[in-house]
Amino acid sequence: MRLHPMPEFGSFTLLLALALSVYTLVMGGVALWRTRGVSAGVDRQGDKLGETARRAGISSFVALTCAAFALVWASFTNDYSVSYILHHTNRDLSTAYKFSALWSGQEGSLLLWAWLLSAYGFVLRMRHKVDVRLSAFASTILAGIQVFFLMLLNFAAPPFAIQPGPVATDGFGLNPLLQYPEMVIHPPMLYLGYVGFSVPFAFALGALMMRYPGEKWIHITRRWTMVTWLFLTCGIFLGAHWAYSVLGWGGYWGWDPVENASLMPWLTGTAFLHSVMMQEKRGMMKTWNVWLIFSTFMLTILGTLLTRSGIVSSVHAFASSDIGTWFYGFILIVFGVCLFTFFRQKDHLKSENRLESLVSRESSFLFNNLILLAACFTVLWGTLFPILSEYVQGTKVTMGAPFYNRVNLPIGLFLLFLTGIGPLLAWRSTSLRSIRRNFILPGVAMGVALVVLMLVGVKPWAAGDDWQSTLFSLVTFTLAAGVITAIGAEFLRGASVVATQTGKNLAASTVILVRRNTRRYGGYFVHFGIVVMFIGIAGGAFNQSHEQEMGSGDTLALGPYRLVCQTYTQDSNRNFDTEYALLDVYRGSRKITQLAPERRFYHASQTSSTMVALHSTLASDLYVIYEGRNPDTDKPIIKVFLNPLMNWIWIGVLIVVAGTFLALVPNMTRSAARVTVAEPRLVEAEAHHV
Amino acid sequence: MFRLGLKRWLHACAVCLLAVVMLGAEPSSRFNKVGHQMMCACGCGQVLLECNHVGCPDSDRMIGELRAQINAGGTDTSILNWFAAKYGATILAAPIRGGFDNVAWIAPMAVFLLATVGVGFLIRMWTLRSGRHVPVSAAGPDVGGNELRERIRRETEY
Repeated sequence: MRLHPMPEFGSFTLLLALALSVYTLVMGGVALWRTRGVSAGVDRQGDKLGETARRAGISSFVALTCAAFALVWASFTNDYSVSYILHHTNRDLSTAYKFSALWSGQEGSLLLWAWLLSAYGFVLRMRHKVDVRLSAFASTILAGIQVFFLMLLNFAAPPFAIQPGPVATDGFGLNPLLQYPEMVIHPPMLYLGYVGFSVPFAFALGALMMRYPGEKWIHITRRWTMVTWLFLTCGIFLGAHWAYSVLGWGGYWGWDPVENASLMPWLTGTAFLHSVMMQEKRGMMKTWNVWLIFSTFMLTILGTLLTRSGIVSSVHAFASSDIGTWFYGFILIVFGVCLFTFFRQKDHLKSENRLESLVSRESSFLFNNLILLAACFTVLWGTLFPILSEYVQGTKVTMGAPFYNRVNLPIGLFLLFLTGIGPLLAWRSTSLRSIRRNFILPGVAMGVALVVLMLVGVKPWAAGDDWQSTLFSLVTFTLAAGVITAIGAEFLRGASVVATQTGKNLAASTVILVRRNTRRYGGYFVHFGIVVMFIGIAGGAFNQSHEQEMGSGDTLALGPYRLVCQTYTQDSNRNFDTEYALLDVYRGSRKITQLAPERRFYHASQTSSTMVALHSTLASDLYVIYEGRNPDTDKPIIKVFLNPLMNWIWIGVLIVVAGTFLALVPNMTRSAARVTVAEPRLVEAEAHHV
Repeated sequence: MFRLGLKRWLHACAVCLLAVVMLGAEPSSRFNKVGHQMMCACGCGQVLLECNHVGCPDSDRMIGELRAQINAGGTDTSILNWFAAKYGATILAAPIRGGFDNVAWIAPMAVFLLATVGVGFLIRMWTLRSGRHVPVSAAGPDVGGNELRERIRRETEY
């Protein structure tokens, strides 16, 4: 009998983590039940039991860390007795990709999910003094989620399963599409986002279960939610950049179910981040907020279900497997618990205030939520419609980019419009005078932008079949001008007031202004980033492409660029064979760069992959693909895209990231927004209702 | 009389718009447009004109068929129907065959419109109510809530 010390250690730690998580869930629940309605310290046994549950939760993180380490170790030591390692690595894989093998297959990515969840749980449990009882509720709920994933890992998709038969000398290799630097960071970012929403979900559900007074739970979870949202944003756009750089079709978003699965919780999470402000400031929208965060969490699970169960086909979903059934069950349980808790405690969610005016910040938040949820519904609808169509008509249909682009464009433009006007409206009610004062400048900017754009040639009526995309671009650019002006005017107005108060110049006053209220002005930065991204996306209306066979000395012209093929050749290393062309790029008569698009053929997996060559400027991307060789002439076929304003999308993302970081920084005049409760107290309402 | 005039104007505008659109349509842009409305049959999940597989068994043939259909003078709809008949409904990048396919387009718009009207109605209702009532106080005990909210207000409002 062969011995497999590391895989067996990994399997053992997974089982141990499951036992610890079950203990956290059960004993945590028992402790919460025993101590309901009594002050801390009265039921000492109950408190002690709760503390053991907390420590078991912390220990589950240690156990899962050991399991993740065991898998990475098996990858680094080429332990092909482990089926997962055999199927996702090979000896000649570079170190970074051997590490990323942890999340390149189903079992590994589930382990990553469970490990991240335990890491979030670890932080939550270590910081439990922020509010002991609420943290205990959240910890118990997180343990429940963790139990589900650990059951999957132990019984349905074990990452340490031993490959039967003799141990192979080399593995099948990592999918070539995943052998790209961004794939080392994109999945963990995305998973940090997905898994992170478990924390605000757990706090929201816990707060509802214990009838938590006031809105402090929102304050506690604000940073969690923002950090999670930031991770998800980064994950989504790293994925988009990876698709752009690797897949070689010239685009960055294909509306694939896997992409949709990440976008849906992002949309509802964004809606939650906005509407939660209404609860903080006005005590409104409590039910709405609770369901938004419930939905966001369930959408992260639904996304996983959609891509893992094989009910929708995706170009980069994992192979269909039977774990979909587990996810169905889990979603039903989560939904049942949420629904039951909501109906039991719904009187706790009554609004403290009512909306006073149609023209107010509150109503703009409502419409913002409406738009985001409409977009989410559209994406969900498009993802599920093929199943519905098969059920009703007996035939599947394809829901590709034409559907999503057409339906989401007006929604996106409305969102852009609200991004501009929302922050200009006051809470409660906005006077006509204020509207006039705040909207004149953006209105003028939009008018000027419209005229200038038409003068430079953005004319839908002259764009032939492309009139729709040109029209949408024109509207986007015009709205963007208005929104940027509105944001700039907000900064200017605030800085002028500070300058008057402090006597400092406008630049210094702007810095003071931002530092005094980082959340608000960080939010404006995020909005600005979103607008910049919209500009980049709208640039897609003017994409051009050309495909040509290019022998040595042949020339291809596209837009302002001229590409001359210097040579084409092939090379080989231990991991892959490569064919590439060397293309000199000229702008006018000046040579600006040399590009080398290539196509690789990976030995281990026996598959090929495109390596795009890119010359990127602020105005446009020259995107060159080596499509292969013409078998008749043996010359390479080169496809070139000219994608205007692509960089604006990535720059916009960076601004969004910077803005979110800024919003997380504590205000200058106040200490960090940490709220501590001196000691857990009797919650009267809880005594009566739990 | 006025109604009739308005109708005529609308018809004239529609005709002009159609003429502008049709006049601007060139075979190459039609090829691009229609080619982006169908998927490659090789199973790569990519739009026909974006399929970049080396040695793809289907895209070259399909592109040839598309060119032939455009040169034969077929309308966009007839070309797409021809492809759907030959390769199955999944060849179309979006459901455009009419019938139940229309539901795919109508549902999101209907939900969006209903939700917009609903939110508008809700706001209107709340606005009217708030004009009659003093804002209600917290539903449950609000230990520390007002103080916290006041602090948040100070922090988030300039």
